[in-house]
Amino acid sequence: MTVTNAAPIVSTRCGLDDGHTLDVYLATGGYDGFKAALAKAPTVVGDEVKAANLLGRGGAGFPAGTKWGFCPPGVWPRYLVVNGDESEPGTYKDRLLMEKDPHQLIEGVLIACYAIGAAQAFLYVRGEMALAQERIAQALNDAYAAGYIGKNILGSEFSVDVVLHWGAGAYIVGEETALIESLEGNRGMPRLKPPFFPAAKGLYLQPTVVNNVETLANLPWIMTNGSAAFTKLGTERAPGTRLFAISGHVKNPGVFEVEYGVTTFRDLIYAPLYCGGIRDGNELKAFIPGGGSAPWFLPEHVDMPLDPSVVGPSGSMLGSGAIVVMDSTTDVVKACWRLVRFYARESCGKCTPCREGTSWLEKILARLLAGEGRPTDLDLLLDVVDNISPAPFPKAKTEAGDWEAVPFPYKKTTICDLGPSVGSPIVSALLHFRDEFESYANRGVPVEVTLV
Amino acid sequence: MSDTQAPAETIIVTVNGKEIEAETGELVIEAAERNGTYIPRFCYHPRMEPVGMCRMCVVEIDTGRGPALQPACMIPVAPGMVVDTESEVTKKAQDGVLEFLLINHPLDCPVCDKGGECPLQDQTLSYGPGESRFVEEKRHFEKPIMISDLVALDRERCILCDRCTRFASDVAGDTLIHFQDRGNHTQVNTFPDHPFASYFSGNTVQICPVGALTATPYRFKARPWDLDQAESTCTSCAVGCRTLVQSSRNEILRYQGVDVDPVNWGWLCDKGRFGFGSVNSDERLDGPLARRSGALVPVPWGEALSTAADALRAASADKVAVLGGARLTNESAYAWAKLAKGVIGTDHVDAQLGDGLPAEVVLGLPRATIDQVCAPGGTVLLLAPDLKEELPVLFLRLRHAVVRDGATVVELGSRRTPVSELAAVTLLHRPGAAGEVVRALLAGSATQEVGGVEPAAIAEAAALLDRGDVTVVLGRSNLAESADGVVAAASAIHAAHPEVRFLSALRRGNVHGALDMGLAPGLLPGRTTLEAARTWYRRRGWPAVPTARGHDALAILEAAAGGQVDVLVLLGADPVADFPDTELATRALAGARAVIAVDRFLTSSAQHADVVLAAAGASEVEGTTTNIEGRVSRVARKITPPGTARDDWMLAAELSRLLGTDLGLESPAQILEEIAAVAPSHAGITPAAVDSASGRDGLVEGIVEDAPAAAPGEEREEGGPPVDVPAPSGPARPAVVTFTAPAVAEAPAVDAYSLRLVATRKLYDLGTDVQHAPGLAGLTSDTVLRLHPHDFDRLGVDPGTVVTVTAATGSANLPVQPDLGVGRGAAAVVLHQPGPQVGALIDASATVTEVRVVKT
Repeated sequence: MTVTNAAPIVSTRCGLDDGHTLDVYLATGGYDGFKAALAKAPTVVGDEVKAANLLGRGGAGFPAGTKWGFCPPGVWPRYLVVNGDESEPGTYKDRLLMEKDPHQLIEGVLIACYAIGAAQAFLYVRGEMALAQERIAQALNDAYAAGYIGKNILGSEFSVDVVLHWGAGAYIVGEETALIESLEGNRGMPRLKPPFFPAAKGLYLQPTVVNNVETLANLPWIMTNGSAAFTKLGTERAPGTRLFAISGHVKNPGVFEVEYGVTTFRDLIYAPLYCGGIRDGNELKAFIPGGGSAPWFLPEHVDMPLDPSVVGPSGSMLGSGAIVVMDSTTDVVKACWRLVRFYARESCGKCTPCREGTSWLEKILARLLAGEGRPTDLDLLLDVVDNISPAPFPKAKTEAGDWEAVPFPYKKTTICDLGPSVGSPIVSALLHFRDEFESYANRGVPVEVTLV
Repeated sequence: MSDTQAPAETIIVTVNGKEIEAETGELVIEAAERNGTYIPRFCYHPRMEPVGMCRMCVVEIDTGRGPALQPACMIPVAPGMVVDTESEVTKKAQDGVLEFLLINHPLDCPVCDKGGECPLQDQTLSYGPGESRFVEEKRHFEKPIMISDLVALDRERCILCDRCTRFASDVAGDTLIHFQDRGNHTQVNTFPDHPFASYFSGNTVQICPVGALTATPYRFKARPWDLDQAESTCTSCAVGCRTLVQSSRNEILRYQGVDVDPVNWGWLCDKGRFGFGSVNSDERLDGPLARRSGALVPVPWGEALSTAADALRAASADKVAVLGGARLTNESAYAWAKLAKGVIGTDHVDAQLGDGLPAEVVLGLPRATIDQVCAPGGTVLLLAPDLKEELPVLFLRLRHAVVRDGATVVELGSRRTPVSELAAVTLLHRPGAAGEVVRALLAGSATQEVGGVEPAAIAEAAALLDRGDVTVVLGRSNLAESADGVVAAASAIHAAHPEVRFLSALRRGNVHGALDMGLAPGLLPGRTTLEAARTWYRRRGWPAVPTARGHDALAILEAAAGGQVDVLVLLGADPVADFPDTELATRALAGARAVIAVDRFLTSSAQHADVVLAAAGASEVEGTTTNIEGRVSRVARKITPPGTARDDWMLAAELSRLLGTDLGLESPAQILEEIAAVAPSHAGITPAAVDSASGRDGLVEGIVEDAPAAAPGEEREEGGPPVDVPAPSGPARPAVVTFTAPAVAEAPAVDAYSLRLVATRKLYDLGTDVQHAPGLAGLTSDTVLRLHPHDFDRLGVDPGTVVTVTAATGSANLPVQPDLGVGRGAAAVVLHQPGPQVGALIDASATVTEVRVVKT
């Protein structure tokens, strides 16, 4: 075990009852990072974040500082959009940050706006997160009143407005171009990239930086403590700390901030400090390392470090930092169907393979579960996935399997990654637990679940 | 279509192992198709922004980073790009997409109107899997729901390609249909209580790649393979949209838009598309009528024609008048001009009905094409009626120019229109004040209010116009004022900037062709004048060419009302319904000693006629028509006219023969040859040119510029060159008309107690074509009086109440409604709608119409 128990960066106030108030925030070093940033030139701030190699915490894991640099020079206005539409199955870490420490997010927004030269930021918060919306709204009001947002902030030349926008409840809006469409007042449907890379043509077709909540929440600390202190934590390729939300069959599910790249899945799942092992003394059957869209891992992968540069080539992704643990009692077919149903219902309907394919897959799985499956359905499931996400589909190498790992990401016939995401539970489950599907297909009753 | 202004360069792209030439900015799907490789598609439409939604066109594209599946409709070509549309990966993906599209698509092709011309059917056959692996229950929706009076939507058939919704929002600007719900439950639908009431709804039916959208006039009428078709030109208005006329068993069943680049881009308005109902109407005249013992009764053709000829023979030339002609083909208009001006010798001829512009203004000003008006980055000054109501497809083109191509519109008028939403600035002026407002715009500023427009607005508009590259759209925005205001405005613009081009906004079908052919006072065929061409035509066998300029429509009707007209010929004209001053028109028909009506229907005017000659109409006659630009294009004869109804040119030829002169006209083709040979402006418009490949777009270029115009005086002397040498190598032709500013009357000073009337038209009215088309007849609106809210208090009336509107010539009781789009001090009505008729309020001889509004 490599439980480092490093000092947290973003979750320092999550344990406080009133950490969301301005008073407590200021009393605990709040807005110091922003003041430090204001004392520097914007390019220096940008370079500092680049030096910190702060990887995006939303799913794709792209370095934030580099992303900021993609805005074409000399094109104004440009916008910052905060992606607070956290809805990947299993993920609930951004909600915690928004509910427990909204000022830290706002401070991060201010630093980012200062660095990229945006005078307008949009905070897009998922529709279902009422408390987060309430607290951010209060925090914005307080920050405006205290002069941290608005015109000539803290007597400087820097002015910025922050708009809070509530989503209407759609998973797809977590996709950045769909989020931008939704912000513009349109149906939340993704735009095709190219040509609409947000950095060049984003909100209102202006250069737009879309950052995740946790990404921005790291900025105050980096400004206060410097990028060197940040890169001292974690590994070179995955510096700092990261929040992981663990759910499923563990004794103590929750959100944990751990040192990035060093900590392993085993640490998170079994360390008493974190989840404390599988519930009821059961065995681990499989786990999803990065939210519902990620291909599954087996117990044999549990010693892999939480490092995107390791997990990606191994055939899955750390994604949104959501680990879903399934123990030996799990009916894999049902679990698979449950995830597929999510994607079928959340497909926006824009492109054909996702709109038609996801619901077709859901119907086949529902039929299997109802005891009306056919042996041919198993290959049909895989082929329908193949028509959404052409082979080879990302998968992990196992000791039992005779295949090589297929690295992330997926190929696709769709516009965005929602469609291929439906393949992850299907391909993983059929790859590792085909016998359970066969038993449904052959006899219409589940087999007694066997350990793998 | 493309927004790119940079000149295109040719680059080399490899498609399926073959190197092809493509232009920068071109999409892969276009470049491949131009070079013979068709990539299947559903959502892609060349006239709309691509969305890459259906995924049918995904092909493997390699831009140096290895082949990846990309939608060919979204990716522009790049140098060195390698495209594979036939790889296994591509084929599997396309197979998969088609299977996905079909799993929830009902297999009701045998009862689907689209069957036989269905892209989904066709591409399934070409690219799809052999059979479906889908054994689940298909998605169900209520079978067709009416989303408007004309369009039915079957959501089960819909493949959600976004064509109709994109058309509605992006092309038409009528965002009334939209995607609703999500995932597999996504559907296209209207919003509650807001039907898809768009003037352009029929286009969505035409571009639907499946049978989801169908139009009531065609539903279950035919199978595509039973249809016989001919390409033609729509004459519902004067835009000149190209159409495909489709018929079966001698009945018109459908019009489809044809994509021609300079005009309609494939779009049609619903009036043009569905107006064919009037062609098939049971109320069409199928033979001639004559008044016997006070009643109109069917008579043989010989009897009808000799009755008409007798009346003409008995009248002196100066007491014969001809009204109308805008419904005719160019060839028929020429025949009637030859009869009226060359045989009878009257110049009291007018194809317009008091709602147009003086012919010399239309023909004399430098003319703009639609493309010139809608040029990217250009500036358009609109002195025109509501384009959406009167020239709908021109509205679409202008909308595209503004929304996509950065054109700037400055709108002048007395009432806001749908164009106002697109315009950079809309100046609402007092009725009658267009001339003074334009003079202020040309001056660049004003120190005080001009014609009801504030100085700041003048300055703002003047600054926009000052950027240059201005074209003008010229027409009548208000039928309750005379043409003097816009004529004064046009004169001022032309005097200050002779290089500025004008696009006519006259509405009637072939009014421009009729004016070209001389159906206007003072003119002879070929845009030339009596003075310039009298000798020319005399030498070409016209026995009697008038010596003095005759009356226009207003003067003809006034003369007729005063008993000064012996024979009034109505050439498809219905002045009682159609002349703004209906009261004058009624008196005129009563006052004329004999009325000869040439028409397809027994109109309210034809009912007063002594002889009614049944005429063939659109889709029943062949020939050419001329649009607002002066563009000449073919109209096709697809079916035979009802009964014994005859072509208009034949009637002219027959009457002429009975009057003792052979017009020498034998067929439309031969007439067109004669026009090309004699008309100064039409030297290049030969049958061969019209039927050439470029003639499909219509011929407009070179009509004015290339026709050899004779210096004044030349060729007028006796003993000139022989007459029968064909153009253009023949003798120098007479000069075409040039613009000289006509005298205009200034509007009187404002009367503080009165409101000034603004009278406009709507697309659907009580007109013949609309009322005899079953699909359109019910789409008219009620007649109401619209005032600026400010004027309600001043007048002490309440919204919704009925008020009495009194003008010098008559009065009407109308409900009154507030409307912010009407200027203060103005009162707006729509002519020719059901309910109280407001034509009686208009005095056609006055420059403006002042009305008093009081509580009833």
